[in-house]
Amino acid sequence: MAYSDKVIEHFENPGNVGTLDKNDPNVGTGLVGAPACGDVMRLQLKISDDGVIQDAKFKTFGCGSAIASSSLVTEWVKGKSMDDAMKITNKDIALELSLPPVKIHCSVLAEDAIKAAIEDFRAKRAARVTPAVAAEVAKEA
Amino acid sequence: MKLPIYMDYHATTPMDPRVLDAMKPYFVEDFGNAASRNHAFGWKAEAAVEKARKQIGALIGASDKEIVFTSGATESNNLAIKGVVDFYKDKGDHIITVSTEHKAVLDTCKRLERQRAERIDELKLQRLMELTEKDVDPEELASLEIKYSLENDTVLKRWIDKVRVGARVTYLTPKKDGLVDLEQLREAITDRTILVSVMLANNEIGVVQPVNEIGALCREKGVLFHTDAVQGVGKIPFSVDAAKADLVSITAHKMYGPKGVGALYVRRKPRVRVREQIDGGGHERGMRSGTLNVAGIVGFGAAAELAQQEMTSEAARVSALRDRLFKGISAKLDYLTVNGSERARLPGNLNVSFSFAEGEGLMMAIKDVAVSSGSACTSASLEPSYVLRALGVEEEMAHSSIRFGLGRFSTEEEVDYVIALVVKAVTKLRDMSPLYEMAKEGIDLKKIEWKAH
Repeated sequence: MAYSDKVIEHFENPGNVGTLDKNDPNVGTGLVGAPACGDVMRLQLKISDDGVIQDAKFKTFGCGSAIASSSLVTEWVKGKSMDDAMKITNKDIALELSLPPVKIHCSVLAEDAIKAAIEDFRAKRAARVTPAVAAEVAKEA
Repeated sequence: MKLPIYMDYHATTPMDPRVLDAMKPYFVEDFGNAASRNHAFGWKAEAAVEKARKQIGALIGASDKEIVFTSGATESNNLAIKGVVDFYKDKGDHIITVSTEHKAVLDTCKRLERQRAERIDELKLQRLMELTEKDVDPEELASLEIKYSLENDTVLKRWIDKVRVGARVTYLTPKKDGLVDLEQLREAITDRTILVSVMLANNEIGVVQPVNEIGALCREKGVLFHTDAVQGVGKIPFSVDAAKADLVSITAHKMYGPKGVGALYVRRKPRVRVREQIDGGGHERGMRSGTLNVAGIVGFGAAAELAQQEMTSEAARVSALRDRLFKGISAKLDYLTVNGSERARLPGNLNVSFSFAEGEGLMMAIKDVAVSSGSACTSASLEPSYVLRALGVEEEMAHSSIRFGLGRFSTEEEVDYVIALVVKAVTKLRDMSPLYEMAKEGIDLKKIEWKAH
């Protein structure tokens, strides 16, 4: 199977490989996939209190397309609001990387990773809010 | 040193230039049809084919009269298994094989099973039509079968006993090292068993089966023994008499010969019969019709002769290279597992799982080296290697496996280059792998609830 130039570029020079402190209250971690299926993606997002993604790091066990999909989303989400990041779909990823049909699951995994990381961050935030902040948040909403 | 480096000798081998030289005259100059009995063109082609038959027979300790030329080992396997089932259908209908066999054997067996199942379904319909005294739609079979308790129907049982289409198949699971358990095989043989098919050496993990013991057991039980010897012949000593083999599939392109030509050895003493699967001019003593691929056969013969002459020295050289490759890699990397027996193994085979690095990603990272992976991502099926799975290798380890195949033209320089490349690539992928990080932190990956997709 031939890989697209963009997949090769991301695979050979992946951006944002690494680890953020998962105990940092501003870091959301998404771990998706399964070793038995041949791909596991871990996406970590550092999100400011006003909901902007300041940093993104990934580590991925998987084929070239899975690694390229992870690298691409870390580049895409940086600087985006959580809501905008949630709008990224697997179709956007597959299109950008010209993934063949057998590799679509890699883009699905990357989309799931964004959602999982943001959910993790939201859950963390909900857990740490004091009643006063909760009232504030409720007012904003 | 030329890039890319070829380390996929189990898939196919480059043709030896000496083989090509032997073939050259038989395309343009000596183009005759070996079946043309009444002119010099035919005689010359026939003489060339008969010489090749002797060369190939000599390699496996057979007489030239026992060699039937085919288009390759897939056809040889089909002819051996279907041919025996067709010919000996009054003697029995049961085949025993192993779940790690090549697809050419497994899919042939599956077709035979399906043919039998379809015939039995027809008989069930017929019986139900008798019992209900009306027409029965095939879709009603499942429900009516229970309603009329066909499983206890003695009439149907008698009919099924008379079925002479297809076969019943037992698939043995090998031991953890990939080798067949002889006791398990002995227990699987019944008075209806007509054929045992076990490969000489495995194409993925390179393990060499105890064919001599298997052959002896089959002879003792009066069961025919077929072996798909494609990966082993020409690489390791093999003789049809030592193995008491009745049918042996071989092919030219795995022993530095051309693609598109293979052979089936069919024993003459005691005589073994196969029903032809291709009808036509009655070539190859009626067992395989079709004009012979003279140039290809000449190349096959030349390749067989070279393999016989050079096997001992080549095996020593290639296995030394293989050991050098593994030593070089394992000196620098941890978490490696060799798949399959390390003792009973082809000289040129190394199959390793690099935990926490995915096989296809690894192949991409070492794209200057041609290898294969048991990772699902490399196949259309999305299932990881069925051979590794049959050994009980876990799915994640199967996904992380690479098969290196070395051979006649592999060099020390290439091996050293590959060692450096693999070490670099695995290190890079592990640095990128969340699993490696978690394992290093002491997290038990088996205790995590993964969301499979």
